[in-house]
Amino acid sequence: MEAIKQFSSSSPDKEAINKVSNREKMKAYLRNPLSFGLFLLVIGAGILTFGVLICLVGYILLKGIPHLDPGLFALNYNTENVSLMPALINTVIMTFFSLLIAAPLGIFSAIFLVEYAKRGNKFVNIIRLTAETLAGIPSIVYGLFGLLFFVTALGWGYSILAGAFTLAIMILPLIMRTTEEALKSVPDSFREGSFGLGAGKLRTVFVIVLPTAVPGILAGVILGTGRIVGETAALIYTAGTVADIPESLLSSGRTLAVHMYALSSEGLYMNQSYATAVVLLVIVIAINTLSGFIAKRITAR
Amino acid sequence: MRNAKETFMRGVFFAAACTSVLAVALICIFLFTNGIPAINEIGAASFLLGEKWKPSNDIYGIFPMILGSIYVTAGAIVIGVPIGLLTAVFMARFCPKPIYKPLKAATELLAGIPSIVYGFFGLVVLVPFIRDNFDGNGSSMLTASLLLGIMILPTIIGVSESAIRTVPESYYEGALALGATHERSIFWVVLPAAKSGIIAGIVLGIGRAIGETMAVMMVAGNQARMPAGIFKGVRTMTTNIVIEMGYAAGLHREALIATAVVLFVFILIINLSVSLLNRRNLNGGN
Repeated sequence: MEAIKQFSSSSPDKEAINKVSNREKMKAYLRNPLSFGLFLLVIGAGILTFGVLICLVGYILLKGIPHLDPGLFALNYNTENVSLMPALINTVIMTFFSLLIAAPLGIFSAIFLVEYAKRGNKFVNIIRLTAETLAGIPSIVYGLFGLLFFVTALGWGYSILAGAFTLAIMILPLIMRTTEEALKSVPDSFREGSFGLGAGKLRTVFVIVLPTAVPGILAGVILGTGRIVGETAALIYTAGTVADIPESLLSSGRTLAVHMYALSSEGLYMNQSYATAVVLLVIVIAINTLSGFIAKRITAR
Repeated sequence: MRNAKETFMRGVFFAAACTSVLAVALICIFLFTNGIPAINEIGAASFLLGEKWKPSNDIYGIFPMILGSIYVTAGAIVIGVPIGLLTAVFMARFCPKPIYKPLKAATELLAGIPSIVYGFFGLVVLVPFIRDNFDGNGSSMLTASLLLGIMILPTIIGVSESAIRTVPESYYEGALALGATHERSIFWVVLPAAKSGIIAGIVLGIGRAIGETMAVMMVAGNQARMPAGIFKGVRTMTTNIVIEMGYAAGLHREALIATAVVLFVFILIINLSVSLLNRRNLNGGN
């Protein structure tokens, strides 16, 4: 009987109806060692996960921040300054072009799936299935495909363009899925109101539905940015590893993640590797904060 | 006029929707046409089950790499699943309100950290740690499993937490009413009810672990021979490709692409089981 009023605090959404003191809780646990053991396990796991993250981020920051000297941000890379600036610029270029390709395709696909396709259409199922497949393919397989198709078959060579197309296919399912969710969350009354005022389907989609769904779509695009910034395996054999700012879209250039891989695998520039890791971490944290901020705006509506 | 525009844009949307189908088709075509001939030339049995990988002698057996991928993934599951699942339980059911938000943000950050940073962390922290405290030179199956176990945590936590949250509250309350403690209600009633969602999360984690390349390459030692123990180096299918693709030519290159074909088939099987699990979830929910 007592068990009923023992524990109440934990379910976060509800007010505790029957709060008990910690001493009573401990007494109850003494009668139930198994429950106490489980409680400790769960708490331990939470602390462990949190601890691992703090270790990882803290270690990189502590080791890396002292090595963030100005030479790292020089415009040209050479073996003396081991500058990460060209790689940083390449990352921005790569992100821009990947998104330029993937965002319209992903958003339009989602519009087709949500607004135009009929329910239970076989073809829609095929599109969903292929998008799921794309989401699961390992990045090295993307890299190989990019090498075989864009670099070799299309003859683009190791280039920013080949890298951007490869990454665009990689993040396409991500953008598609998040846009789909965002479009679905637009209430049907919006569409009905628009149709009722005499607007056509296309106008309804572009003037009413899309603007309402923008925060959700943006969240997806930001997630995609995060993946582009962190990607290495898919880029080594498509965009190549040249450490300079590319002259054109058809020349090779390494992104920051590839730059870090190159530095740490050479083993000569460990300090610079730490510093590069710091820059990568800062970008990732910034991206996470931004998407969190946008997500908050969605729920605030 | 307006009608024409509507039809045109409908066509554009349709065409965009076809790109993912086209992409999968292209990936399949290019991988298979470049990989299958090599498998035929080497012989499917001696390619898949051959225990030696010696490109210089034209011996291409990827059995060590298949085993390497399976062992390292299994190790990651052994480490990642209990911790991930318990953390998910903590976040869904035990977490005091004030620390929920930072913890959630922390798991999202774990998911966002580039694998090259994980690999670097493994290289400078885990490898020396294993070397100093256990056998071997530190680059080993154990190190790779540990690192991958950490890397799949966010996937398992995220999916399991939402599976636990979708279990109707009445299950939990019913168990409490029957006199079970908070912990018992969760572990014996709520978790079994969330089982298929949790399994889907684990399978997703397996997919991530098999596909991970850069982080594993930096800590696994990468010797292309049969795995000999948890303190010895291993090479996985993914690392086999990324290490040698740079200089491979001829049959060697095709054998690497064939390795990717095998990897791709593994992933397809895993994806298929995830979507089957999810479908069953939906049916169960209705």
